Amino acid sequence: MAKDDLSTHLKYVGTRPDRPDGLDKVTGRARYGADIAAAGMLHAAVVRSPHAHARIIKIDTSKAEAVAGVKAVVTRADFPTGLTGEDWNLQENTMAGDKALYDGHAVAAVAATTSLLAKEAAELVEVEYEILPHVTDVDEAIKPDAPVIREGAADASVPEGMPANVVKYMEFGHGDIEAGFAEADLVMENTYKTEATHQGYIEPQACMGQLGKDGKGEMWVSTQGHWYIRKMSAAVLGLEASQLRVTPSEIGGGFGGKTTIFMEPLSLALSKKAGGRPVKIVMSRAEVLRATGPTASASMDVKIGMKKDGTLTAARAEFRMQGGAFPGAPVDMALYCAFAAYKLPNVEHIGYDVLANRPKCAAYRAPGSPMGAFAAESLLDEMCHKLGLDPLEVRKKNAVREGDKSSYGPKFGSIGLIETLDALENHPNMQAPLGPNQGRGIATGYWFNHGGETSVSMAISEDGTAQVSVGTPDIGGSRASIALMTAEALGIPYENVRVNVVETGALGVNEPTHGSRATFASGKAAVESTNQAIAEMCRRAAAEWGIAPEAVEWRDGAAHPAGPNAGDFPPMSIQEIAVKMGETGGPISGHHEGNLDGVGASFGAHAVDVEVDPETGRTTILRYLVVQDAGRAIHPAYVEGQYQGGAVQGIGWALNEEYIYDDKGRLQNPVFLDYRIPVASDLPMIDTVIVEVPNPGHPYGVRGVGETGITPPLPALANAIQNAVGVRMRDLPMSPVKVLAAIKAQNG
Amino acid sequence: MKFHSPTSFAEAVVLAQNSEGVLRYLAGGTDVLVQMRAGIVTPDELIDLKKIPGVFDITRTAEGGWTIGVGVSGAQLGAHAELCADWPGVVDGMELVGSTQVQGRATLVGNLCNGSPAADSVPGMVAAGATVSITGPEGDRILAIEDIPAGPGRTNLTKGEMITAINLPPRGENGGDCYLRFIPRTEMDIAVVGCAVNLRLDGDTITEARVSLGAVAPTVLLVQDAADAIIGTTLDDEAVANLMAAASAACNPISDKRGTIEFRTDVAGVLAKRAAKFAYARAKGEVIKGTHL
Ligand SMILES: Cc1cc2nc3c(=O)[nH]c(=O)nc-3n(C[C@H](O)[C@H](O)[C@H](O)COP(=O)(O)OP(=O)(O)OC[C@H]3O[C@@H](n4cnc5c(N)ncnc54)[C@H](O)[C@@H]3O)c2cc1C
Repeated sequence: MAKDDLSTHLKYVGTRPDRPDGLDKVTGRARYGADIAAAGMLHAAVVRSPHAHARIIKIDTSKAEAVAGVKAVVTRADFPTGLTGEDWNLQENTMAGDKALYDGHAVAAVAATTSLLAKEAAELVEVEYEILPHVTDVDEAIKPDAPVIREGAADASVPEGMPANVVKYMEFGHGDIEAGFAEADLVMENTYKTEATHQGYIEPQACMGQLGKDGKGEMWVSTQGHWYIRKMSAAVLGLEASQLRVTPSEIGGGFGGKTTIFMEPLSLALSKKAGGRPVKIVMSRAEVLRATGPTASASMDVKIGMKKDGTLTAARAEFRMQGGAFPGAPVDMALYCAFAAYKLPNVEHIGYDVLANRPKCAAYRAPGSPMGAFAAESLLDEMCHKLGLDPLEVRKKNAVREGDKSSYGPKFGSIGLIETLDALENHPNMQAPLGPNQGRGIATGYWFNHGGETSVSMAISEDGTAQVSVGTPDIGGSRASIALMTAEALGIPYENVRVNVVETGALGVNEPTHGSRATFASGKAAVESTNQAIAEMCRRAAAEWGIAPEAVEWRDGAAHPAGPNAGDFPPMSIQEIAVKMGETGGPISGHHEGNLDGVGASFGAHAVDVEVDPETGRTTILRYLVVQDAGRAIHPAYVEGQYQGGAVQGIGWALNEEYIYDDKGRLQNPVFLDYRIPVASDLPMIDTVIVEVPNPGHPYGVRGVGETGITPPLPALANAIQNAVGVRMRDLPMSPVKVLAAIKAQNG
Repeated sequence: MKFHSPTSFAEAVVLAQNSEGVLRYLAGGTDVLVQMRAGIVTPDELIDLKKIPGVFDITRTAEGGWTIGVGVSGAQLGAHAELCADWPGVVDGMELVGSTQVQGRATLVGNLCNGSPAADSVPGMVAAGATVSITGPEGDRILAIEDIPAGPGRTNLTKGEMITAINLPPRGENGGDCYLRFIPRTEMDIAVVGCAVNLRLDGDTITEARVSLGAVAPTVLLVQDAADAIIGTTLDDEAVANLMAAASAACNPISDKRGTIEFRTDVAGVLAKRAAKFAYARAKGEVIKGTHL
């Protein structure tokens, strides 16, 4: 679609109507995972390992089973055997087998008539452990003599002779890296570390599962992807996928953490053992922090070559990441994104996915990209300092444009990095004067957009309103955006479209809301579905008028004769067509499915001004600016919300959030008191600028906007802190304790 | 668990004396209920003191000091204009506790008796020279605030004893106080270091001072050396340097997930300096609302 087509004659797309879920959420009517209940429902409690690494010698459940009101106790012995690959990983993480692999790993679960009884009984489950040496730090875990989490876990990518905890290895790049460095006037290399952080969604995982002896089951669950819940639960429990119907609840945040299973299959296993009574499991915050997926922690070596004028000649990244006791740290994504913003003739990437005694990592907003950006964008800034170059100029000079080969291989299609950097440069925040101990930092960030398996249906109701059925839970405003696009295509008011997130029985397979895809993919499929319904409505009008269907066109919510030759008929509105559709051929609907393509990646650039208290090391954010390419903002307020939310999560990661383990490998801060997500009073209003370089692969130009925003804050803050007080922080979080120690070291 | 709601302290003392197992008093419950929910402390007996007449009163004493009931919440303190004018540092300390919701319930007494070395209202009360009235099976007694905590989570109250009121001395002329705490964020956090300074001036010269530190030792500290460093001075640079050194020297902290020994020791000096400057300004008559770092 040509660009100017996008910017004109849009009536609904680009407006900011009320969100359809707003009233339910503010009145408490919205039903989240824990709000579901059913007659005869039992409550579950999970017994978790207090040890980071321990062999399970014996589990005695007899005392728990003897408690009146306890209806079922399950251990790994209740699960099918013989699973392999990721199915085995998921099963092992759901319920420990021979070994407990991290503090918080589930070892048994109890279902009872009340949750207090279940908790009491859980404490009566006796587990005998043989404590094993453990390791939680990635650099320790990759050492040849580190405790081995699991023999034989490495896949074919790992060369012979690597330490046992390396389970995946990768190297890729292009050009001649040594020649590139030789060309440079300045070559610098440093090591950067980031700690694991949690998605921190407000709503802890919660579900209610029910499974009969006949293998037929149901689940109500807070999730980003109920087909994934179905597939994974079916695999872990040996069920037929189609026999399990999964209905998503309203969701109180996910940020990637709810794209997989943790305790959900336990509800089904307990239910089956309890004679098919529904079983509810609601995690506590401590369980969420100990046993659901945070992101990975990383240790990263980066080397960059730069000419005196700022031109990049070569770059090399060697990243080590641990994503817990299972493979899956997003080291690949971190490497793809690290240098994605820059033209690099010579580049080399090396990555290690390393096991450690921590919970199995899950996706977290742009998985891997924030770590990669922290390393690459920090070093780039350090080099600008050294050469006395303006960091924004250097970024503009090297910025990728449409047609450039990306650092990770493929050529870029339409992208908006230059436009984004220009908009940043022109923003008033960049001119704000800075006082003593204040500094400004900028950084860029990148994330992809995923198409993925998508199945959407829409139908016209008898009164001419429309309903859209999607399979992507709404975590960021997708219902509003999809309604706007459907309304735009149909030419009816936004309020006349209702978008429902429907259960697994209602559509073909849908991937979760991940990869910044819901508004892109479900939105695109909704528009395709709507176009089918429009074609059918044109046919109905044509039949009534007695003219050829091709002679009818659709605009402003009505069928019109396409031109004077088509005949002289008054427009036939959607209401007129809908009210008699039963007589004119039956239901009018549309359906679209496929692995959607045409994705549009999104670049962002952030600028932050900080003040650092030189006597306490505390960083205060004075101003924060997010500029990002949205392709087209369907509902700009939601896009701004994504930008702000991403920035805030990145700020938390940069400044205070971390997993703190004691010497026994036990998590010391599984509460929000000490797992320090920013509070509202920590932050100024986050300023936003939406850049719109339309994605030609989407009918309205949409790019994925949800994830990029978490990426630049990590390096932007490190860069700002250096500009404020002269210290370069290469180890996250940049907590007051660490910043003060660095200031004191600098002062001698 | 047994739940009692006596209507007099005498009745409460009998209940407490005869209690079995773990006993907790219920003031605002913002520690007790949270600890129950988290499974940290499950009391066998819970005595709610809020049905006792007078526990929500803030009264001016004949000498010009204040008596604060054991049910008085942070929000109530903050809304009391005269008390705020007299002891802004004490009120600031209490108002830092928790959020608006927590403020509606949390009390000075609960903060003190929960026994956290990081309790935010305690350094302010210590610096003010406040005392508590205690009743118990052996009769009534009065103790200085600093004599109540015995260590993390423990007090020097004996079985059956409870606090009936907090007593703040008369403010008098030319006095000022201030409490500051360091937390990594701006609210909803536990003090990594806290410091309160209370002083009185004669002209520009400090004639009386009390300095108290929180979160740097097993109990809140009253630091005489730090007070001595500024008494008789005009809070000049040398006095400030001595104050900082004395405050840091008094620290006996631990390294934990919230801060290192080094950090706590350094920041104690910084907070002492800044709190002293605010207290000095207040003693000079400046009205400073809600001090922060
Ligand atoms: C979200 C949140 C944030 C918080 N933030 C802070 C903070 O920033 N700073 C801070 O210092 N604290 C904080 N707290 C802790 C708590 O709110 C304070 O310690 C509060 O002052 C406790 O008062 P209370 O009246 O609720 O005490 P309660 O919970 O009722 O009692 C606490 C203890 O005092 C004992 N007690 C109560 N009354 C008496 C009495 N008359 N005689 C003897 N013993 C008695 C009880 O037995 C119990 O051991 C926070 C708590 C929450 C939940």
